[in-house]
Amino acid sequence: MPSTRPNQLFRNLNAKIASIPMILTAVVVFLGGTVWTVVYSFTDSKLLPRMRWVGLDQYERLWNTSRWLISIENLLIFGILVLIFSLVIGFVLAALLDQKIRFEDTFRTIFLYPFALSFIVTGLVWQWLLNPDFGVQSVIRSLGFENFNFDPLYNADIVIYGILIAALWQGTGLVMVLMLAGLRGIDEDIWKAARVDGIPMWKTYLFIVIPMMRPIFITTLVIITTGIVKVYDLVVAQTGGGPGIASEVPAKYVYDMMFLSQNLGQGFAASTIMLLTVMIVVIPWAYLEFGGKGKRHG
Amino acid sequence: MADVGLIDHAGTDARVDSKALEGPRGARPRRVLSRRNIILYGTLFVVAAYYLLPLYVMVVTSLKGMPEIRLGNVFSPPMEITFEPWVKAWATACTGLNCDGLSRGFWNSVRITIPSVILSIAIASVNGYALSLWRFKGANLFFTILIVGAFIPYQVMLYPIVIILREMGIYGTLTGLVLVHTIFGMPILTLLFRNYFASVPEELFKAARVDGAGFWGIYFKIMLPMSLPIFVVAMILQVTGIWNDFLFGVVYTKPGVYPMTVQLNNIVNSVQGVKEYNVNMAATIITGLVPLIVYFASGKLFVRGIAAGAVKG
Amino acid sequence: MASVSVKNLDLSFGDIKVLQNLNLEIDKGEFLVLLGSSGCGKSTLLNCIAGLLDITDGQIFISDRNVTWEQPKDRGIGMVFQSYALYPQMTVEGNLAFGLKNARVPKDEIEKRIARAAQLLHIEPLLKRKPAQLSGGQRQRVAIGRALVRDVDVFLFDEPLSNLDAKLRAELRVEIKRLHQRLENTTMIYVTHDQIEAMTLADRIAIMRAGAIQQLADPATIYNKPYNRYVAGFIGSPSINFIDGTIEVASDPVFKAGDTTIDLSRYAFSGNGPKPGAVTFGIRPEHIFMDKAATDEPFRADVEVDVVEPMGADTLVWSTLDGHELRFRVDGQTPLRKGDRVKVGFDPARASIFDAETEMRL
Repeated sequence: MPSTRPNQLFRNLNAKIASIPMILTAVVVFLGGTVWTVVYSFTDSKLLPRMRWVGLDQYERLWNTSRWLISIENLLIFGILVLIFSLVIGFVLAALLDQKIRFEDTFRTIFLYPFALSFIVTGLVWQWLLNPDFGVQSVIRSLGFENFNFDPLYNADIVIYGILIAALWQGTGLVMVLMLAGLRGIDEDIWKAARVDGIPMWKTYLFIVIPMMRPIFITTLVIITTGIVKVYDLVVAQTGGGPGIASEVPAKYVYDMMFLSQNLGQGFAASTIMLLTVMIVVIPWAYLEFGGKGKRHG
Repeated sequence: MADVGLIDHAGTDARVDSKALEGPRGARPRRVLSRRNIILYGTLFVVAAYYLLPLYVMVVTSLKGMPEIRLGNVFSPPMEITFEPWVKAWATACTGLNCDGLSRGFWNSVRITIPSVILSIAIASVNGYALSLWRFKGANLFFTILIVGAFIPYQVMLYPIVIILREMGIYGTLTGLVLVHTIFGMPILTLLFRNYFASVPEELFKAARVDGAGFWGIYFKIMLPMSLPIFVVAMILQVTGIWNDFLFGVVYTKPGVYPMTVQLNNIVNSVQGVKEYNVNMAATIITGLVPLIVYFASGKLFVRGIAAGAVKG
Repeated sequence: MASVSVKNLDLSFGDIKVLQNLNLEIDKGEFLVLLGSSGCGKSTLLNCIAGLLDITDGQIFISDRNVTWEQPKDRGIGMVFQSYALYPQMTVEGNLAFGLKNARVPKDEIEKRIARAAQLLHIEPLLKRKPAQLSGGQRQRVAIGRALVRDVDVFLFDEPLSNLDAKLRAELRVEIKRLHQRLENTTMIYVTHDQIEAMTLADRIAIMRAGAIQQLADPATIYNKPYNRYVAGFIGSPSINFIDGTIEVASDPVFKAGDTTIDLSRYAFSGNGPKPGAVTFGIRPEHIFMDKAATDEPFRADVEVDVVEPMGADTLVWSTLDGHELRFRVDGQTPLRKGDRVKVGFDPARASIFDAETEMRL
């Protein structure tokens, strides 16, 4: 008796059953949720979502709201500065740690520990450190520099830099670790060849090692960027968006619209813009990394 | 026997002449205080001080009394050490109407973190196992969606999840939050486990199948025992990640069950009353203590965890 | 005139002594191969000569100049690595020129040197490509070119062919030999674990083990008169047969193992001649003959065939001689089966005998 070929559906049945949570998450929450939010960003949902189509009204209103414009401006300044500083500082620290130094583990542990902390903790610590009456400003004034002024958290013009300091304190360690992993992945023989060729160390880094680490730089850039767009807790803890609305960010705008102002449509539209921002960075990267002509890095 | 080219065991070649050992010999001379070392270690120490400063300020502030703080320098060590702020932060600090301190948030966070960590790791490890060794049609499509989902800002999915949780009747409860953490932990953990299981020699898996073991048999009897390190990495990742979460806590729970970070923020940033900086800093340290302990205890595994999460597989 | 000399070199990492009191003199134009299994210190020694590792004690001279404290770039060496170590973001031309540009060599001189190297190595058509677009063999040619343009007297090769497949390896091996023949007066030091590479390329081979040189001699001597038991076992494939036994000296010295007695009157003992005592007798499989070919050999015996391994051109036979395993090589067409009893013979003059205790050649 020839055995019949088992139904395709039941092949790997256990694997399929076990994957149900993943499939539900991917399809219902991630895909479905995203589509749902984008669709409802074209409605005039207020306290509750409702399917009354208003076209691009929400977006028009969004881009006419000064708070949103400030949020976007902050995000741009903050984002660009975080990118530059964390990449540069992170790479330099990694390069320093890569010099076969003593106590490498200790230094690495110190540079990375803030990354283990919550943004809330980071925000509150730096709020305290930057407190004009007791913190850095007052200490430096008490040293004799009485005209020293550094109160970012109470000065709308520079508040974003106060947040930047905290963000760099927390995040640079991560960049350093990624860069260090990249440096350690460089073939030892490349360094030897450069030494035999008589190429000075800084030139070896600049012209040979950094170009070789391009994939790591790009991956790090994507990670930092997606993190920047999501920045929320840090601002809530450190400034609460203040003074006034000077340190508002898009993620906070979304939360406030959805859960405080009963203005769901605005929240949906704002979060859709956030999604677009991330996609602008992620899609070219994903194409480079996974698409294109298959594997390119090696 | 010179023609044989023999050398004796001391290794002295017959042709080595005796005038040899003049001039430079041995290692290059090297000064401990070379300019290079001064710059190198100088920079590292300055940067290390910058990184440690906030931790130091947190600790000293939390050990001072308010009068001493009002005198002014955040960096000066406490003249008189007091643990009062710690006690107050833990047991009696107020958020809104509750005046039972951070302890409430701490226990909430414990009740959120433990089930979330277990559930998310259980599901993600099975996902990774199925994806790497039992590939079925379409599996990679779902996995791709999952990974792309990891890049989508959470804000986009916040409200749809509110609706899902409300439909399930668990909106505003710890159960709901556990589910949310499980969902959002899934991409990175699945990736972590998938890459790990993909590095297990496939012969092992084939041998087990020939021996008649099935999906669950291979998972529990072979894969699980040999992948303890990766489970530890996943645990470190999740414990710190979930403990530090603020956004999901504030969106999906209600004041009575707020996790510690949310409660901390409410204590410190509440507008009413006189600011008690020492209590605030004590509360901040207490909240940061769990991830810090995990971090310092786990050492290189923490690094491995974030590297595995960050650098693609 | 010595081109490279290493004098009383010591290298330790902490408490671990990697190289101990090592001495080596290499003549101008010589091709010296450092041969040994992994971890024997051969690459370490090469890195010391290059100046990539700081030595603990001793001196290094290159072209009669004490370079012990010199930087690698100032030692007058070029180096080729196992992993090629090409700069991936630069073209082949860029790779060749980068070091020269840094040394501020004039532009037309750089071009001239690159043209010459490219012509010598047949890489002219590749100059505008990047390393990723090259095959392994082409990459290694470029890496050799990078050493060549430095216009130096000493070339260091660190297992340059180990990352290539067998066919390419054989091709490039000949290429390197040809290069050495064309560049008279260029000294080459070549590290490998592959004995075929060593035998084919070397003027002299230094066999290393545990940080010390076991024997330094030309390939024929290493093969025919291994200095100790380790060298005998390391060189030769299939490897040499060892039979433990004793030497007895009556009128003529004989080797005895069980019931087998081998007359050693034709064996050239070194030093003070034969002494009775425990020894290991070594005879290479290719020096043992069978049947008719064996009839004229001074020593003959009957053996039983255990295993036959046909390898095409020839066949390796595993047999038992009086309880001792004996491998020998016969023509690939010889019909043999397990259990056959055959007559074999060899000339003890071609054997190598080692003291059982010191493992030194007698």
